[in-house]
Amino acid sequence: MNTAAAGAVRLGRMTRSDRERIMITPEGIALPLTLASRGSRLGALVLDLMFIVLVMFGTTMVLISIAGGTAVFAAAGDGSGGNAMHALEFLAVVWIAAMFLFRNAYFLLFELGPRGATPGKRITGIRIAARDGGRLSAEMVIARNLLRDIELFLPLVFLASAGDGGDMGIASLAAFAWFLIFALFPFFNKDRMRAGDLIAGTWVVEAPKRKLEAAMSAGTSARGAASAARPEAAAPAYRFGEAELSVYGEYELQTLERVLRENRPESLRQVYEAICRKIGWQVGSGDERLFLECYYTQLRARLEAGMRMGRRKADKFA
Amino acid sequence: MIGQIAPVSSIERAALRSDRFRLEREADWQRLEAIVTQIEKGRLRKLSDDDVQALPVLYRTVASSLSIARETSLDAATLAYLESLAQRAWFLVYGPRVTLWAWLRRFLGGGWSEAVRQIGLDVLIALAVMVAGAVVGWLLVASDAEWYHALVPGQFADARVPGASREVLQGTLFGNEGKTGLSAFAAYLFSNNAQVSIMAFALGFAFGLPTLMLLVQNTAILGAMLWLYHGQGLTLDFIGWLAVHGTTELFAILLAGAAGLHIGRSMAFPGDRPVVQAAAEAGRRAALVMTGVVLMLVVAAVLEAFPRQLVGSTGGRLTIGLFMLVLWLTYFYALRPGGRASASAHASALRAP
Repeated sequence: MNTAAAGAVRLGRMTRSDRERIMITPEGIALPLTLASRGSRLGALVLDLMFIVLVMFGTTMVLISIAGGTAVFAAAGDGSGGNAMHALEFLAVVWIAAMFLFRNAYFLLFELGPRGATPGKRITGIRIAARDGGRLSAEMVIARNLLRDIELFLPLVFLASAGDGGDMGIASLAAFAWFLIFALFPFFNKDRMRAGDLIAGTWVVEAPKRKLEAAMSAGTSARGAASAARPEAAAPAYRFGEAELSVYGEYELQTLERVLRENRPESLRQVYEAICRKIGWQVGSGDERLFLECYYTQLRARLEAGMRMGRRKADKFA
Repeated sequence: MIGQIAPVSSIERAALRSDRFRLEREADWQRLEAIVTQIEKGRLRKLSDDDVQALPVLYRTVASSLSIARETSLDAATLAYLESLAQRAWFLVYGPRVTLWAWLRRFLGGGWSEAVRQIGLDVLIALAVMVAGAVVGWLLVASDAEWYHALVPGQFADARVPGASREVLQGTLFGNEGKTGLSAFAAYLFSNNAQVSIMAFALGFAFGLPTLMLLVQNTAILGAMLWLYHGQGLTLDFIGWLAVHGTTELFAILLAGAAGLHIGRSMAFPGDRPVVQAAAEAGRRAALVMTGVVLMLVVAAVLEAFPRQLVGSTGGRLTIGLFMLVLWLTYFYALRPGGRASASAHASALRAP
């Protein structure tokens, strides 16, 4: 790895960390949180709006078809006309109430659930959380969603109605500026809050869901014919000395772990060659994976032993 | 030097110490993961009592596993798994544990009126602004009747224009008894008013100034119309017509404006708290008030559509309006269910734990 590439990797780690926040639980354990990217939030919003519009459209269609049936009934029957009128009126009430609920209660209902996320947020893998690390309360969810009305619906409705009339005057420019102020709000604070988050004391974070993966060092028995051919209790195929293990640190160990998990032949080969060059071994071929597994296990054993002694080595430069 | 093989003891080969740590605890972690997944999917009822009781214990196990693993293990995948699992469990263990129903009961049983009392100063300011708006509306129209058209939007100015005869104006107040379509009308009114008051609240975000303007603008209409009816000697009838739902609706708009003002005021004058924290505390309190405002507007819309259109006498209308006003005032300021204890319990629930 040349220095430019190493620099890029470091930079990559640093830019990722500007979204990372630490939350201290009541047990005193620091849990890292990653703020949701603006892209995934926008994606979630677009998905949610699509769902809302679909549900609104579906409800309207169903109510219209019921109303059509009622109207036919009213035209046919002579004595039941009054009842049919009441039925139509009831349908109108249902429609108005449903539209109000879809517009205002959709976000509330889902964000109050155990996952703290609307369907759109679930799909993009994000959720809302209290900014101070405390409980997410109903008040917060209500406050952040009431603000959505002026952030989003008000200027959009205004723009749409201005567009209908055909006069794109100063008023629609103002509405557009209004919309931009709120849309760009998350770009001007470090926690990427929108106005509603600011008022409610919430933020939007990633909701990672990870499976427990097999340990690279312990799970050799479950890894196919190559290792099955070799009895588990046997000695490691490669053994490295202190000098050969001391060249790398924790960062390289994690990179190696990732390469082993991804298990792509060409990257295994590259890393194998890089390590061989670094520790001065002759580059062979055909046995890269086994070599890397042995190196990983022994490097980890060495670094973990150091950790227990209070010595940590962050990377190869440390 | 390739293939440098040296015999080592099988114990040393067996596993790393950190892997043994993991193998010993893996089962607990996976049990917690299964429970958390079930709860996240909303299948709380399908969990056995054992699992539900085990959740906080398992959460602490995983949390302590995580802090040990951070100090002893370099297995990045295991650490990432533990972090994600601890986070998911944390959201459940410290998540909102009240059901919607329990929250609503607490809300109606004191939380709402508590929040209304907490923003008392803002309510007074909003009230003053609304009264001032009505007075300004009256004075403007009294000085020059042309102001009426500028203030009152078209939908109210159908027959109700300066110069209209007493009979026409009286007809607008008493003409609608026995009309059909009232419940649809009520639903429409509610939806409309609720959006307006949500706006009054949300505009408080800009330091409360737009909220005040909205209040002034709306009550100026009121003042102008009051002047119009006063000119034909219909003042009391107009007040009666308005009071049926107006005491509830205007009260709701007052609270919505006060809630917006509360946020604006806390952001403009946060005291010794950071602005962001002040805004968040005010926002949560105001959100409680706003939930109540929406409920009040439901009541107002029902009153507007039914009793106002069905009750034809000014005396009856005034009685209903006055009764509602006394009811709200009693609920907010006189009744304090559970006394000081419940009030402070709710106040602490409002504060971040």
